[in-house]
Amino acid sequence: MLIVKYLIPFYMKNLACIVLFLFCVNIIVGQNTEKKLPRLPSVNVKTTDNKTFNTSQISNNGKPVIVSFWALWCKPCMKELTAISEVYEDWQTETGVKLIAVSIDDSRSSSNVLPTVNGKGWTFDVLLDPNGDFKRAMNVNMIPHTFIINGNGEIVWQHTSFSEGSELKLIELIRKLNKGEDISGL
Amino acid sequence: MKIKKILFVAFVLFPALTFSQSFFKNSEIHGSFQFDGQYYIADSAIGTPKVPEKTGINAYGNIIYTNNNFSAGIRFETFLPALQGFDRRMNGTGIPYRYASYKIKNLDVTLGNFYEQFGNGLIFRAYEDWNLGYDNSLDGLKVRYSIGKGIFLKGVIGKQRKYWDKSPGIVRGFDAEFCINDIFEKLSEKKTKVIVGGSFVSKFQADDPTFKYKLPENVAAFAGRLNISRGGFGLNSEYAYKINDPAKYNKYANNTECSYIYRPGQALYINTSYSRKGFSVQLAAKRIDNMSFKSDRNVNDNVLDINFLPPLTRQHTYNLSAMYPYATQPNGEFGFEGQIIYRIKKGTKLGGKYGTDITINYSQINDIKRDQINDTTSVGAEGTFGYNSPFFAIGKEMFFRDFNIEISRKFTKKFKMMLSYVYISYNHEVIGGEQTKDSKKMVNAHIGIADMTYKISDVHALRLELQALTSFEDEGSWVMGLLEYTIAPKWFFSIGDQYNYKTETYDKSLHYYIVNIGYIHDATRISLTYGRQRSGVVCTGGVCRAVPASNGISLSITSSF
Repeated sequence: MLIVKYLIPFYMKNLACIVLFLFCVNIIVGQNTEKKLPRLPSVNVKTTDNKTFNTSQISNNGKPVIVSFWALWCKPCMKELTAISEVYEDWQTETGVKLIAVSIDDSRSSSNVLPTVNGKGWTFDVLLDPNGDFKRAMNVNMIPHTFIINGNGEIVWQHTSFSEGSELKLIELIRKLNKGEDISGL
Repeated sequence: MKIKKILFVAFVLFPALTFSQSFFKNSEIHGSFQFDGQYYIADSAIGTPKVPEKTGINAYGNIIYTNNNFSAGIRFETFLPALQGFDRRMNGTGIPYRYASYKIKNLDVTLGNFYEQFGNGLIFRAYEDWNLGYDNSLDGLKVRYSIGKGIFLKGVIGKQRKYWDKSPGIVRGFDAEFCINDIFEKLSEKKTKVIVGGSFVSKFQADDPTFKYKLPENVAAFAGRLNISRGGFGLNSEYAYKINDPAKYNKYANNTECSYIYRPGQALYINTSYSRKGFSVQLAAKRIDNMSFKSDRNVNDNVLDINFLPPLTRQHTYNLSAMYPYATQPNGEFGFEGQIIYRIKKGTKLGGKYGTDITINYSQINDIKRDQINDTTSVGAEGTFGYNSPFFAIGKEMFFRDFNIEISRKFTKKFKMMLSYVYISYNHEVIGGEQTKDSKKMVNAHIGIADMTYKISDVHALRLELQALTSFEDEGSWVMGLLEYTIAPKWFFSIGDQYNYKTETYDKSLHYYIVNIGYIHDATRISLTYGRQRSGVVCTGGVCRAVPASNGISLSITSSF
């Protein structure tokens, strides 16, 4: 009880210092452990029918997953998803890849996400992140921001922004990943 | 005392250090960083304000540490000074955001700063938007607990962030969401999915006994929501009620003096849609009455909002169609929106080789109707109930009307085009807070946009954007052209000009030219821009920030690791 009486106020007052201390120790101690690939964080988001879904459940039976953050008001995001939608069926047949488009539209336009996705005939999975919890946990600043997750649920590649033709690099990387190559430096 | 502190910390963390190898086995550190800086050049022709520092810098760095079920994070922010157009109270440097959280089975606890939203945000939303300079994080405690697969409970308590300070009020709230199909086994296979939720939020602020009115110290708000989906049909609805909340911020459209009224607040939001592959239709309606809800009753500007009232208008993404954006009127508005999206199939005569997408959207927002409460009290009189407002009556004053149609088609493997027409009626007096430059109340504008992309090769593309706005009010008419060249995935260049060609109020017409170059490598993006920026409004989610005219060089760097 005494520990609780003194520990909690101390903790709150010095929270910033404690967190910084943890980072330092981690860096010192972590030097000789092997390089590990980061995994998807466990965050609650919503499906397009408003059900709660945890991001740790994102999987594709051992095959790669592309996670792309977008919003209805983001022009390059719409261009990226349109470009992928045109070749998505071919991509799936060839590599078994799955695209999960995570919309960061807030409650102004989140109800508009499913009608827009259906209206444009897009067939990939869509998740809603209306308050940006998943976006913050993945350190996404500007959208579009796209990640490639390998068959073990590890984040192996990421890229921000989109220009016409960027989707060609994306499928190249998926092909290399399926062959077992390391794409983290590419 | 300092040595005692260090020893105490070391003692607490000693067990962790001795087991360091296994303790840190699953630990990860990730983060992100963004820098937006501008060097300002004086330009009297476009009316730039004086900037004594000559520069503005908005920058932040985020670090997140995770180790199995534990996570902690810190954000450093620097505004030395903040870019023009951001509130001057943002100036400064420090750590305004830090937290630690832990998950044990179905329980998730966060101590420190956090963001959270209840339902659509009608009575509670703590969020951040860097481009808007908005951050109302709560500093305190957040607890989330789930029961089985279908019951989700949330509890929050804390003080809101106000730039480098905290609000005087305490905010606490509770939310429960029930996924009916997951709670009752028998219903899990049913096609109709139902989600029901309810929330309660209360703020406490001490009354000032010397003040002329007796003010409630605890102000509560309640909300209930219902979401139904079945096949292609969807319904998202929420109703909120706030008890009497007399404050400086009770002002509304035509009465910016109105304050300290004892009327409760109400908000109703209904959104219905039907969609299937290639077609969707959506209808939404909203009524808001006296729902501005802040954690300090003495504040009158764009800060310390506890809730978020989503606007019901389409967010435009091109310069000229976004010139007159709608801003939510939290103390009174009645709106409708309808939208149809249709995809003409590929291979048909009308659809062309690759298909054609059409979007038609219409929205209109009016004021609510306000009546006197009795013969002797004027509408919105201070210290009274304020006014009566029949629920289904629409006010006479129109705030905003937007009709837009957008057609996009890919013609060949190399060429695609988007054409759009927008008609906007914008109540400059109410939404902009003042009359137009030519002393009128409403601005009516016709806008035409063409956006064409030509792929020179697999990775080289050229894009041309042409826009035109015609209006007889405010700043008159504009044309804009932008040429963008991209080399996927690393390079982008663009050059553009926005020209104000028809003005009756200015002596000379103005060119707003811009040149931009940028480089991207994986998660790092660098962008350099030189040129003029028109004074205007930047809006996200109905929350707006006024931007003054500027001329100069700006550099933006963003990266994550």
